[in-house]
Amino acid sequence: MSANDNFDHKKYRQRRRANAVGLTLSMGAMVLGLAVLLWILGVLFSNGLAALDGNLFTQDTPAPGTEGGGLRNAIVGSLMMVGLTVLVSTPIGILAGVYLCEYGDRSKTAELTRFVTDIMLSAPSIVLGLFVYAVAVATMGNFSGLAGSLALALIAVPVVVRTTENMLRLVPGSLREAAFALGAPRWKVALMVTLRAAKSGVITGLLLAVARISGETAPLLFTALNNQFFSTDMTKPMANLPVVIFQFAMSPYDNWIRLAWAGALLITLAVLALNILARVFFREKVST
Amino acid sequence: MNLDTPMSAAPQRASTGSPRMNQIARRQQIQDAIFHRLTQGFSLLVLLALMGIIVSLFINAWPSFQKFGIQFIWHVEWDIINEDFGAAIAIVGTLASAAIALLIAVPLAFGIALFLTETCPVWLRRPLGTAIELLAAVPSIIYGMFGLFVFAPLFADYMQVPLQKVLGGLPLVGFLFGGATNGIGILAAGVVLAFMILPFIAAVMRDVFEIVPPILRESAYGLGCTTWEVVRRVVLPYTNKGVVGGVMLGLGRALGETMAVTFVIGNANRMPTSLFSPGTSIASTLANEFGEAADFHLSTLFALGFLLFVITFVVLTLAKLLLLRAEKAKGI
Repeated sequence: MSANDNFDHKKYRQRRRANAVGLTLSMGAMVLGLAVLLWILGVLFSNGLAALDGNLFTQDTPAPGTEGGGLRNAIVGSLMMVGLTVLVSTPIGILAGVYLCEYGDRSKTAELTRFVTDIMLSAPSIVLGLFVYAVAVATMGNFSGLAGSLALALIAVPVVVRTTENMLRLVPGSLREAAFALGAPRWKVALMVTLRAAKSGVITGLLLAVARISGETAPLLFTALNNQFFSTDMTKPMANLPVVIFQFAMSPYDNWIRLAWAGALLITLAVLALNILARVFFREKVST
Repeated sequence: MNLDTPMSAAPQRASTGSPRMNQIARRQQIQDAIFHRLTQGFSLLVLLALMGIIVSLFINAWPSFQKFGIQFIWHVEWDIINEDFGAAIAIVGTLASAAIALLIAVPLAFGIALFLTETCPVWLRRPLGTAIELLAAVPSIIYGMFGLFVFAPLFADYMQVPLQKVLGGLPLVGFLFGGATNGIGILAAGVVLAFMILPFIAAVMRDVFEIVPPILRESAYGLGCTTWEVVRRVVLPYTNKGVVGGVMLGLGRALGETMAVTFVIGNANRMPTSLFSPGTSIASTLANEFGEAADFHLSTLFALGFLLFVITFVVLTLAKLLLLRAEKAKGI
């Protein structure tokens, strides 16, 4: 029984206690994180649903001091800008991703591009806005929806590039080799074999990119600016949901603040839906 | 797998026979070369964008750099009417709010990562992980609105007032808790930022915790270690580079965040004297003033943007290098 006599009960209890405290705190952190998510969603729903009515989609943003109004011009503007951004950044992002995986692989250019893409993924979005202001708005002479789309594309392209590359890497090498053995040239292998095999993963990346840019406010502040009226002319300043939310939330008018909450609810629902959709797409790919 | 030069010639090698086959091979080679350059061109666009950002910001910032020189960085003044500008106020606001955010977010993120990798029942891991990722997907403007309308009033009543009562009278640190308790200011901005970057850091930490080889963990458990000891003595030392990389990634986000900060920091161009006093960050100064700025003021704002980009660029590069090293360790 000598082993039992040497057993340091005090030390043992101490270790048990440290373990219990550590694990309880970690569970507390998890609960806090979830609570914040639910709290934010709860606030959004209670404030946003109260402001949600039919006028939201049929009327334009109200002038200062007038009653009522909706967000029609902002919703249409946001959809148009995000749509154009997707049209532009999809081919660029996918082809750049194909290069990184199929051609560049370990070359210096590819390494550098990968590195820079990762930096651009987290670069401050307001600085991208400044850049687009300098190269597009200052040279064209006015704020425009096009400039807004350009700023959003700078955010979207890195997301698409990285997810496309990662998804292509998951495609087994034997698939490529089989195609090569049949005499297919590399471009056909890349476009018709690997890219097709990675299709749902690439779509996931696109959805995530759309989710990311649809809530971005900072890069639009000095590129698309805002427009009180309905406009589909992308060479002119364009209303968009994030900037309208920003301006209306900071305003002293009650109906503006209510509209800001409604807009915030719309954006959050869209972003969360896109994220969940992206996950479903990806899971389908993994299971098949 | 290396698909470089030798493989590219492989599909064509069989075509030594008829002229027709040679023709096809030649055509495919040309198509391949074009496709190669095309995709390379697109990927170089990203590099070009980065260089374009640095160059164009610097050119536009040049007039103010020329006038103020290096002093611009520590000059404490932001006088639009007399055109006397210094970045110190905005830099202090940016660094202070980001530091507060890290102080709060890092321990919480560690807790979440620990819970998700060690104690959480397996069937719950996926939904909880997804919930944290959804928190990361909420646009920053939502955090800003939430901070201004919901969080700030509660923060003033239940955090600032008690803090001031308890800590405000202390020597040396008491001044940090002075000033008006209206819920808006550096500390509030830091707390809102903390919840914004929390999911990013937690997600990276969870991913690097998962690369620890099970055999290391299980050996420690086999020796009789408690879960807490396994995490502290085995998992953390093994993943320290990745953890620091994740924290730096969060720092990069916090430094450049605009919307979540602009709503709650108070937007005052004065040097903050306490944690409760309103201040401004580089990003929020840009968001507030750029629209109405002209001429020299505009150039100064570009200079601020340039500084912000340089700071975040350095932080993100460090983060990336650390994470790359952590990834390499995975191979061993």
